Amino acid sequence: MSTTLMPPQAPVNNPHEDPTSLLPKKLVRARPLFDPEIVRRATKASFAKLNPVTLLKNPVMFVVEVGAALTTLYLARDIFTGARGLGFEIQISIWLWFTVLFANFAEAMAEARGKAQADTLRKTKTDVMAKRITSSGKIEQVQGSALRIGDIVTCEAGDLIPGDGEVIEGVATVDESVITGESAPVIRESGGDRSAVTGGTRVLSDQVKIRITSNPGETFLDRMIALVEGAERQKTPNEIALNILIAGLTLIFLLAVITLQPFSAFSVAQAGAGTVPTVAVLVSLLVCLIPTTIGGLLSAIGIAGMDRVMQHNVLAMSGKAVEAAGDVNSLLLDKTGTITLGNRQAVEFLAVNGVSPEELADAAQLSSLADETPEGRSVVVLAKEKYGLRGRHIPEHEATFIPFSAYTRMSGVDFEGRKLRKGATDAICKFVAECGGQVGGDVQEMSDRISRNGGTPLAVCDGKRLLGVIHLKDIVKGGMKERIAQLRTMGIRSIMITGDNPLTAAAIAGEAGVDDFLAQATPKDKLEYIKKEQAAGRLVAMTGDGTNDAPALAQADVGLAMNTGTTAAKEAGNMVDLDSNPTKLIEVVAIGKQLLITRGALTTFSIANDVAKYFAIIPAMFMATYPVLGKLNIMNLHTPQSAVLAAVIFNALIIIALVPLALRGVKYRPLDAASLLRRNLLIYGIGGIIAPFPGIWLIDQLLVALRLA
Amino acid sequence: MTSIGVLQIAIFFGLILLCAKPLGSFMARVFEGERTFLHPVLRWLEVLTYKVSGIKEDVEQRWTTYTAALLSFSIFGFLLTYVLQRAQGFLPLNPQHFGAGQVPPDLAFNTATSFVTNTNWQAYSGESTLSYLVQMAALAVQNFASAAAGMAVAVALIRGFARQEKKTVGNFWVDVTRATVYVLLPIAILGGLLYVSQGAIQNFKPYTELTTVEGAKQVIAQGPVASQEAIKQLGTNGGGFFNANSAHPFENPTPVSNLLAMFLIFVIPGALTYTFGKMVGDTRQGWAIFAAFSVMFLIGVFVCYHFEQAGNPIVANLGVQSTAGGGQPGGNMEGKEVRFGIASSALFATVTTDASCGAINGWHDSYTALGGLVPLFNMETGEVIFGGVGAGLYGILLYCILAVFIAGLMVGRTPEYLGKKIEQKEVKMAMLAVIATAFSILVFTALSSVISFPVKGYWNPAGLATANLGNSGPHGLSEILYAYSSGTGNNGSAFGGLTANTPWYDLTIGLAMWIGRFLFLIPLLAAAGSLAAKKKIPSTAGTFPTHGPLFVGLLVGTVLIVGALTFFPALSLGPIVEHFLMHSGKLFSAILTPHLFWS
Repeated sequence: MSTTLMPPQAPVNNPHEDPTSLLPKKLVRARPLFDPEIVRRATKASFAKLNPVTLLKNPVMFVVEVGAALTTLYLARDIFTGARGLGFEIQISIWLWFTVLFANFAEAMAEARGKAQADTLRKTKTDVMAKRITSSGKIEQVQGSALRIGDIVTCEAGDLIPGDGEVIEGVATVDESVITGESAPVIRESGGDRSAVTGGTRVLSDQVKIRITSNPGETFLDRMIALVEGAERQKTPNEIALNILIAGLTLIFLLAVITLQPFSAFSVAQAGAGTVPTVAVLVSLLVCLIPTTIGGLLSAIGIAGMDRVMQHNVLAMSGKAVEAAGDVNSLLLDKTGTITLGNRQAVEFLAVNGVSPEELADAAQLSSLADETPEGRSVVVLAKEKYGLRGRHIPEHEATFIPFSAYTRMSGVDFEGRKLRKGATDAICKFVAECGGQVGGDVQEMSDRISRNGGTPLAVCDGKRLLGVIHLKDIVKGGMKERIAQLRTMGIRSIMITGDNPLTAAAIAGEAGVDDFLAQATPKDKLEYIKKEQAAGRLVAMTGDGTNDAPALAQADVGLAMNTGTTAAKEAGNMVDLDSNPTKLIEVVAIGKQLLITRGALTTFSIANDVAKYFAIIPAMFMATYPVLGKLNIMNLHTPQSAVLAAVIFNALIIIALVPLALRGVKYRPLDAASLLRRNLLIYGIGGIIAPFPGIWLIDQLLVALRLA
Repeated sequence: MTSIGVLQIAIFFGLILLCAKPLGSFMARVFEGERTFLHPVLRWLEVLTYKVSGIKEDVEQRWTTYTAALLSFSIFGFLLTYVLQRAQGFLPLNPQHFGAGQVPPDLAFNTATSFVTNTNWQAYSGESTLSYLVQMAALAVQNFASAAAGMAVAVALIRGFARQEKKTVGNFWVDVTRATVYVLLPIAILGGLLYVSQGAIQNFKPYTELTTVEGAKQVIAQGPVASQEAIKQLGTNGGGFFNANSAHPFENPTPVSNLLAMFLIFVIPGALTYTFGKMVGDTRQGWAIFAAFSVMFLIGVFVCYHFEQAGNPIVANLGVQSTAGGGQPGGNMEGKEVRFGIASSALFATVTTDASCGAINGWHDSYTALGGLVPLFNMETGEVIFGGVGAGLYGILLYCILAVFIAGLMVGRTPEYLGKKIEQKEVKMAMLAVIATAFSILVFTALSSVISFPVKGYWNPAGLATANLGNSGPHGLSEILYAYSSGTGNNGSAFGGLTANTPWYDLTIGLAMWIGRFLFLIPLLAAAGSLAAKKKIPSTAGTFPTHGPLFVGLLVGTVLIVGALTFFPALSLGPIVEHFLMHSGKLFSAILTPHLFWS
């Protein structure tokens, strides 16, 4: 059936396709987490971020900074008044500042990683001379930055393509390693779905005419740089909501700590002993209680999530798209190239009664000569191998090649008065009928038999004569069935999209184990299907590359466009896969989920941590007023000072300790929600309650051993 | 703990469990506007109400209109109650000839607020302040109205989850009418009769004066008590006819009436969980909430019972029998009625503060430190353990939103509850409600623990706000904390000890009640509006499961941790330190300062 509906082949052999995990083991372009250059940059940025105006965006850390400043002010006052025993106050002030710096560092690390990537990209962005074709057809040399939408340029072997555009004439091999990191050249040709070229890539052979489709500063490369740099980063809806939650919690703890002052004043008066806690101690309690861990790491998690997508060579146009990927309920997977190996092979010619197999083979070969797809080639190959028919050259002026279109669902050639066509059985039958021919019964029967076995029938006709059927065989990719089963465990329905007839589709769908399939899918059908799913409240993800996919890509909640696809498709989607590997969609979903889980895990951990901090600070605060409260000192911390200090230090260090987790994301397992929840609640919830107890105890021991408290 | 005590608790809990499904599905039908077995008997009353007040039964309201209706209903109720109190001297049914002098403006404000917000905090003593008319036409009416309003809000929030892509959340007037006609009235009438059967009084007589055997004169208050009693418990109002509330033999004569009281408090909140499940189309969701309620209730009741039965070691050291046996209850019997004993008193204290009832059958001030911590903590969590009628359900749904939002991300999807995405708006509203509660309790308590007024001045004749405390030390702090927790939580139970009827306390506790009621409920109605407008996402294997034991555990954890994290510092300076001090031999006696008795 459709031979050209198939998405272009991914140029890469896929190292990621491990059926046991949805996340690849080896990352493309991964860099070490603590690359010295990045750490240096991030450290510098952490100080710059102390600016209260920028910090105001992060209410939790802003409160910490105000607390640190307040403590420092009181410290300064005490120094001038010559108060004694300032060691404690000095240390508290230092650690409070460190808390802010650590949080800044986390964010700066994530940003610096993006910036490093942007720099690499920016290096490739040199202004090139373009050969613009004027309206009179002459070629003039202009600066690449002078090009505007609609200009036409020509590029030949060795030239850098001056801007994003569409090939309008010719075929060329292009080195796109600048943006994809993949050294194998790709083919770009006019018409069809492989016409888009990107500025900054290099033509390796031949010559093409290109119509420029973007103005300077708005090119794909420009946008890519802006995206990885985080310049355009906007908080995602879930991030905003989470920010509201932690800001709210901060406010509540602020109330709890501020009112503690009068409570203790009352208590001190009643007990006639002790003193009201100092500002340093109150600020310490506040900083320990407000969710600094998640507050400090929240934006780093978001940036790192985008970065991880990037490392998979997928360019997400917004963090929102990555978040939506985690939420997806339905995955629309193109059969060809995603579920099955792209190259369906012709394995048999089945002629109808009264037609010799040779005649069918001959017609099939002729109709496929101009068909460069693997299927088309496999027809030519089969005809040669089985019937000894050599490939012939048909002079172009003697023949009209009819390209495949998604609407006619057939292709072929008009040659020497013959109208040779091959395509979907029903489309060919319709064509035969239109030409005034009879449709024999056994073609349908043969097609059905092939379909039932999971094959694809391609009917062949010569005008009004129906000749027979080519049997194309589809092969489901290794490990695909397991992946689809995993998706189901995760609660994601996978829907196979194919141009095949329902019978063929059902056979492959059964073999691959997808939940549903959409057979004989036209772009309009796809769009309708997506709308139907969305109306039922589901979020839909799909891949696409053709211009006719654009509406569906735009409609889908996650639209992953192939880089080899048309500009229209790339504009419509909210992600672009630079490797043009449609299977990536599954990985993108996994990354989205991983991002959300990381966020939830650290939020839970952060709140759960508070329990231990209470047990460290509250008894310390009131030891002098109510010595019996020492019974709450279950960690047996040495002195009130060492207890408060230990809690503050733990609180600061935990932020740094969790930076790798925030940047890498928690380990994701494709499990159902209940198992995931049980697991993560145990680790981050219960673990979050328990972990600080030994942590604070240990720091207390160290402080005492080092005579710091 | 004694086995008979545990049995009492078990029987009570069994009754609540038994009624959850039948009453719950009945209420679901009522609020969905379906026919019930009571329609032949009561439909005329519903229709008549609509006719008289011009309510259009079929017209639904957006959340904003719904809220406006609720507010106007409450403000009207407030004004009516205020005026009736102040004007009682000119009105009938006033055999004791009480006038405006008994209810100065600050007290009238406090009391009107108290009954309209379903708090029923009583800074006054009923028998020496209010006429029968005020008790019935003002207070008892608000007992119905505020309870029905609470149910209406809960139902509106349920509709938010149950509906999709709808702009409206129901009709407030219809919901209030149905709640009153089909649920509150029938049960209250039945309950009132049962009370009478147990010996609760019901009359309009003037107070009886008699001479005791010692020759002293005693005045015995009378009144229409039984009718008030049933709705006081059923509507989780808790405002007693007499100052002694349910400890008074005319209000709560027997152990059976005591069980009836507790049953009436919990029966609607328990059943509303089933109503919720039914209306959102998945009864497992309702049972999960019921289970969370039960876990927290049972923890509370057994902690309270344990510490009350364990008693005070200092008293035990004096040679007083502290273990049950030989006809002695043992434990801490101070402030408890002998006809109820320790188990039923601990149970009552837990029930009345789990729910926003606030009726008491013993003196919470006299409980042990940790026994008294349980009621205090119950109120500070926002009364979401069964909770007030309606208020408990909408309160726990707030915690569901928070729990799902905090932990829900850990399944790798943005949070959703019952198919509704929990987003900015919902989180903002939930946090607003939590912050308002924390603000009201903490800030007012903090103010009262340090503020000072001129002695014999208007605001607080005793001067320091802390001069009104009944006890010194940490117990004093508990008394203030309890008062504002009770007001904010719309509970109304009194710890006792604190002399609360001064303009300062009347005003601030009154404000706490307004904040606790409306700044909690309006955000939730806003959330209901936004939820109703959303699509429902179908549940899959990837959906956060909100019906299993795991979710119950998470929900309980969220309530306890959010509650504990906010109030732990304050509690540690109150009951917790008091507990430790008691074990190290220190108690806090009542401060008997003469200026407390200025009146």
